[in-house]
Amino acid sequence: MFRNQYDTDVTTWSPAGRLFQVEYAMEAVKQGSAAIGLRSKTHVVLGCVNKANSELSSHQKKIFKVDDHIGVAIAGLTADGRVLSRYMRNECINYSFTYESPLPVGRLVVQLADKAQVCTQRSWKRPYGVGLLVAGLDESGAHLYYNCPSGNYFEYQAFAIGSRSQAAKTYLERRFENFTDSSRDDLVKDAITAIRETLQGETLKSSICTIAVVGVGEPFHVLDQGTVQQIIDTFEIAAEQEDPATEPDAATGQEAATEQGTAADQGGSTDEGAAPMDI
Amino acid sequence: MKPIGKHSLLGASGEISDFQEILHYLDELILYDNMWDDGNSLGPKEVHSYLTRVMYNRRNKFNPLWNSLVLGGVKNGQKYLGTVSMIGVNFEDNHVATGFGNHLARPILRQEWHENLSFEDGVRLLEKCMRVLLYRDRSAVNKLQIAKITEDGVTISQPYSLKTYWEFSAFENPAQGAIGSW
Repeated sequence: MFRNQYDTDVTTWSPAGRLFQVEYAMEAVKQGSAAIGLRSKTHVVLGCVNKANSELSSHQKKIFKVDDHIGVAIAGLTADGRVLSRYMRNECINYSFTYESPLPVGRLVVQLADKAQVCTQRSWKRPYGVGLLVAGLDESGAHLYYNCPSGNYFEYQAFAIGSRSQAAKTYLERRFENFTDSSRDDLVKDAITAIRETLQGETLKSSICTIAVVGVGEPFHVLDQGTVQQIIDTFEIAAEQEDPATEPDAATGQEAATEQGTAADQGGSTDEGAAPMDI
Repeated sequence: MKPIGKHSLLGASGEISDFQEILHYLDELILYDNMWDDGNSLGPKEVHSYLTRVMYNRRNKFNPLWNSLVLGGVKNGQKYLGTVSMIGVNFEDNHVATGFGNHLARPILRQEWHENLSFEDGVRLLEKCMRVLLYRDRSAVNKLQIAKITEDGVTISQPYSLKTYWEFSAFENPAQGAIGSW
């Protein structure tokens, strides 16, 4: 994307009908470290790559529990992500208090999307620079949604966001048809494998990734390092049998050219329900 | 008594105008719930909680809705029965009542209610309670309706009256054993 005279304000349209500031916000998501999500009929698994400022610092928290039945993984400006998580937690707890019942994740996601939309239509605000993978349960089962800075949201069977997410998406695209009936453990294994795809050859260890699960009868929780490392160890044993799955995607990963081309990418392949594309 | 949404029924005693106000709130609640159009719906538990919040908040402002509410419903095979008082006291039970019903009907229900009542037996049991209330509550009239809630929805019967017998000898001179008192 190149600088142009229509990209200063979020409230300025370009002649081609684009809001550049919003698109730049979506770029911020692509620069964040990867987060992936996948779901079966009864469980949703979120995973993310831990990024730390330096070897001395702790890594950034990218997965947040919103309620017993909802969790979120973020990519992009983590500060924005924290604020939105707080909003989501508030909404959930208020609903629980009034109705003594969990807030259906589909409704929370719409509220979140409307909140993001407001920031694309006020001259004194800026769009949130964070993409959220929302995992949750409602009456109809397990759901995974992706909330964009643009205020759009889509439901997915599996998805990946952030840097080098294309590698994970390719892996997920190959396997997603089996996810609906996957067992919880297989889903977790697939999540860790997808994370490994984004690492591009870096060794996969439990300190580099965080995995969280939510399911029918299983409240949202982050798996502890030990459990994750055990699963990783089972991979290494089977590693010789696996085909090398990674593709070099340094170029495609950034998807620099037509940003909306990427929306088509994401929407067309792993889209679960028919959802309107980003412009 | 009025059906609420697809799954619940609300009955009230007390100030009817306040009941109508509550129905107005619930209409709005159900409308917004339907507008989501997403396969989720408010069940009896949610409506009951909502009403508890409303009644309790009004009581805190010293401006109560003068009603005792009974909320029943069935959703996804789960049966629910609860009550909220005008001061926000709420609970669920297998049988609930308002006003005099708490004193006259509930003891009968405690004796005779059991998990496996058929619909007809249930109606007979309720009629027994209503008959006692009719005889003993001076503000009662001989007209009642029975509502049935199942997974398929709510039906409310037409009003009908109970057979009564007023010729008991004890009814003839009620003050006989209590001369001088009321």
